[in-house]
Amino acid sequence: MNTQISVLLFGITRDLTGQSAVTLPLNEGACVSDLLDSIHAQFPDLARIRSMMVAVNGEYAEPEQALSPSDEVALIPPVSGG
Amino acid sequence: MVSITSDPIDVSSALTLLQSDQAGAIDFFLGMVRDNTQQRSVDHLEYEAYDRMAISEMNKIVEQARKRWNILECVVVHRKGTLRVGEIAVLIGVSTPHRADSFDACRYIIDTIKQTVPIWKKEVFTDGETWVNAHP
Repeated sequence: MNTQISVLLFGITRDLTGQSAVTLPLNEGACVSDLLDSIHAQFPDLARIRSMMVAVNGEYAEPEQALSPSDEVALIPPVSGG
Repeated sequence: MVSITSDPIDVSSALTLLQSDQAGAIDFFLGMVRDNTQQRSVDHLEYEAYDRMAISEMNKIVEQARKRWNILECVVVHRKGTLRVGEIAVLIGVSTPHRADSFDACRYIIDTIKQTVPIWKKEVFTDGETWVNAHP
């Protein structure tokens, strides 16, 4: 099955990709770290960012957390509020 | 009460929310837009937020603060969008029976916001721009 997942982009990730969201293929059983690998493969410039977290449904996610196509996923580059 | 706004932050309405007959102290922290960073001249800042998650992370921080200190009322307002020098980027307000708790809680809340809340600041200088903390 050709399942896809949409990823929200903010701040420097939006600037480097030129998009506020990207859609990527999602393999059966894929987890957060798999998604990060495929995003980095598609957008090598993201490697210039100091560190990257992923949020799933509005919560920080661990690398091994499994993903489903209905999840709201976002890349969280280093925060700088305040 | 936690919020994100595109409008200028109003200190006096926050003060009204913090007032309580049990309060012996009200502390404010205001994060301001400064005109320079490491000797580079700042023209303006652009703040961007993942609103849904930023609100829930800020609520978590306030909940933690309420567990640690005897807080009567608490207000957190973060601005987003384009901010000019001298504007308020973030307001933290805490009312407590005694002043030590309001000082400590206010500091805890702003320090933790800077670590965990998905809000991003771009500094736009007169000669370039940079996302703060993004690069090694």
